[in-house]
Amino acid sequence: MLEGQIEQPFDVGSIEMAQQKGSELVMQPSLSIQTQNVGRIYKLHGPKKKDDAKEVIALKNVNLEVHHGELFGLLGPNGAGKTTLIKVLATLLLPTSGTASVTGYDVVKDVKQIRRAISMVSGGETSGYGLLTVEENLWMFARFYGLDTDTARRRIEMMLDVVGLTDRQRSKISDLSTGLRQKMNFVRGFISDPNVVFLDEPTLGLDVGAAREVRGFVKDWMREHPDRTILLTTHYMAEADELCDRVAIIDQGQVLACDTPENLKKRLRHEPIFTLKVGPLGPKPSHDGRIEAVPGVRQVRVDDVDGHVTLNLTLAAEDALSNVLAHISGRGSKLISLEKNEPTLEDVFVDMVGRSLTVDTSQHGGGQDE
Amino acid sequence: MNDEGRVRKATGFRLFWITLWARAYPRIVGTTREKSWIFFDTLLPVMGTTAYIFLYRALNAPPDYVGFVVVGGAMTAFWINVLWSMASQLYWDKDAGNLELYVLSPGPLMAILAGMSVGGLVMTGARAAAILTVCSLLFNVTYQINSLPMLVLVFVITMAALYGMGMVLASIFLATGREAWHLSNLLQEPIYLASGFYFPIKAMGFWVATAASILPLTLGLDAIRQLLFAAGPSLGFLSVKAELAILSVLAVVFIAGAYVSLYKMEEIGRRQGRLIERRR
Repeated sequence: MLEGQIEQPFDVGSIEMAQQKGSELVMQPSLSIQTQNVGRIYKLHGPKKKDDAKEVIALKNVNLEVHHGELFGLLGPNGAGKTTLIKVLATLLLPTSGTASVTGYDVVKDVKQIRRAISMVSGGETSGYGLLTVEENLWMFARFYGLDTDTARRRIEMMLDVVGLTDRQRSKISDLSTGLRQKMNFVRGFISDPNVVFLDEPTLGLDVGAAREVRGFVKDWMREHPDRTILLTTHYMAEADELCDRVAIIDQGQVLACDTPENLKKRLRHEPIFTLKVGPLGPKPSHDGRIEAVPGVRQVRVDDVDGHVTLNLTLAAEDALSNVLAHISGRGSKLISLEKNEPTLEDVFVDMVGRSLTVDTSQHGGGQDE
Repeated sequence: MNDEGRVRKATGFRLFWITLWARAYPRIVGTTREKSWIFFDTLLPVMGTTAYIFLYRALNAPPDYVGFVVVGGAMTAFWINVLWSMASQLYWDKDAGNLELYVLSPGPLMAILAGMSVGGLVMTGARAAAILTVCSLLFNVTYQINSLPMLVLVFVITMAALYGMGMVLASIFLATGREAWHLSNLLQEPIYLASGFYFPIKAMGFWVATAASILPLTLGLDAIRQLLFAAGPSLGFLSVKAELAILSVLAVVFIAGAYVSLYKMEEIGRRQGRLIERRR
């Protein structure tokens, strides 16, 4: 195809519905991304040559279906395997089992077609060359995607304006702060007009303001390009909640649940969640005397903060609260404040795996890469 | 942020071509932005070259030997560039996060490497010309060019073979996973010796010179000296035509080898996860 022709890497109508034969993937035309039983195992070698390679399971039987026009989130702690899955879908890594497709093309066999249709932006990215200006770096990457110079410059100006970087257009990228550099990375990721964008922890390391601007950019882009797809990985539950149409919760290489944030939270909604701020709880009781053992308490997270204790409680029913208050009083403490909470995705995650999203599980499997 | 329709994108050879020049760009503009090269890449090599010139003068060597050393000193710049900015570059690009973006983009990896070569050649050409000019003026070197078209042809083919070798080394350096600068250090000095940078390669004897001829600079430098100096042909290893023929074969072999090793590296990288791992 010569320059001047419009490239459409994915024509929904042209995809033939293949019949499933053995491990062949049956691609549905409405899907932008599909995985069937995708697994990935890393072999890690010890410091000595004679050491046997240790196998680490990064992904295990991952089945996902992402539709065109969806902003799909992969939510999980560090080391869950989110980045590994993105790298498999972005053709940087081969799956060791299963099949996957992006825009209808197989990630193992149809590498060229996929690469024309996708783009990727990672958090904390330091790509580009420091002696080039923002504009020159973006131009260079745009050219790698086949954009002519006029189109590249027009899009660079337009997108720098969107992210508020116009005044830094001629700054060397080595002079940019982390937040400004990440904005430039976003422009790089979207400059090629991709069908599918992989965003891997895009707000990692950004301050609150910069992260908010980045999320705003993502939302605007999806609103203006309703036929495109974004696959976002994050371990920030609020980010997944705010941005994603659907979320897959992933832990130790396995997808535990996949639904809209609303539906995922509904799973817990029948169980009231309270945050109690109380005074110091006195000496640590025996096992039976702990708050977890109070009748009606399903889960509790205890945080000691500045001389008081915060209890995040999931109860079997609201009337169990009186049992908890009696328990607190019995341990010589006083209630300072009480708040009833709507469940968050963090609560969903804790309910499913029994620990917080902030716990790094990379030693168990998943991300050598996160 | 409305794009007003899909963006037009080049494919095929046009994509290869624009990718090549896009990757060459940082190196070409780098020549004007990082002025420190004037000191590090010109004055320092001039000092090294000067030491050999005084050595030959102390030994009462024929005057053309001074010219031999000056040309060798200028060509050293290309070898340094191939070693440190070609062979090691993909390894460093991996650490910076550029490699996975290169692999991910539809622009062919071969075009990226070719762009690095073209950019490196332009950048280093300026350094080599500076070394040649400064040393020629300082030491009053006399050139007697036998055939300018042949000289240009030998230079072009030598560079094609040399940068082809750099492209092969880029994949090998990446595949070995060892620290790139260790490998570069390991190769730097032995190749100074084997290429005859500071003396005619004929002096090493037929078999050693033959073995050293696997390095494009060995025969390229020998042929260039034969074409530039009156005493060149008498001190040449093989005839210029024979050296040009061998260099042409080397250029084809190295560039084809670069293509094969690059795609093999990508395949191994995707299988073993080496494209995404970073040094920490």
